[in-house]
Amino acid sequence: MLVLTRKKDQTIVINNDIEITVLDIQGDQVRIGINAPRSVSIHRKEVFLEIQRENEEAARIKPETDKISLDEIIKMNMK
Amino acid sequence: MRVLQTRHFGEIRIAEESVLKFDEGLPGFEQLNKFVLIGNEDKTSPFGWLQCVNEPQIAFAIANPFMIVADYDFELPDEAARELCIAKEDDVAVYSIVVVPDDLTRISMNLKAPLIINCSTNKGAQIILDTDKYTVRHYILDEIRRQEGGADAGTDKEKGSDDRHK
Repeated sequence: MLVLTRKKDQTIVINNDIEITVLDIQGDQVRIGINAPRSVSIHRKEVFLEIQRENEEAARIKPETDKISLDEIIKMNMK
Repeated sequence: MRVLQTRHFGEIRIAEESVLKFDEGLPGFEQLNKFVLIGNEDKTSPFGWLQCVNEPQIAFAIANPFMIVADYDFELPDEAARELCIAKEDDVAVYSIVVVPDDLTRISMNLKAPLIINCSTNKGAQIILDTDKYTVRHYILDEIRRQEGGADAGTDKEKGSDDRHK
């Protein structure tokens, strides 16, 4: 990992087309601004990992022929 | 017409015009770029499937979130609208990915990261909402009990609530 130290309002440029700026520092929170091309996706890492894990879990669904349909699952469990 | 050998539905025929393009894939599945929606014969059902075309053994159970969570509401981020070339709200369909674990009572849907589809360009993406209001694991049975037991849930048309099963 490349480690740089920045002050408020200073910027880092990556690959000539991504800019990361320290906008504000309040206590233990840093407000970070990012300028990047539309094609670059940017997310808070822990949120992204959570979505990833949930999608992986969803993809493990067993084929419907082995199970009853989703609507039946709901009906069965609502009684 | 294309024929696909799928794990969940056996052999199916799909029309090129119905293929959805997810350029970024899904988080965890960036290589899955082409899907088709498989709807439910029962039109009152909120459930359907997102069948992957380039990897036919993969399919996701999905739900129309507005049919389950009556007050589901969010602002579509500008970047998402641009990325999917959305010209008008009526072109937008929203679905949530459903998780069906071994314990069926814990069936859940991802309200935090909905699937957004532009029905006129067939472009789609899973977007992550910047809010604490919704979670990745919204338990469906609890929600239905809440709606049946509680006050009138209301039937306001929500933002982007166009539901089209292809």
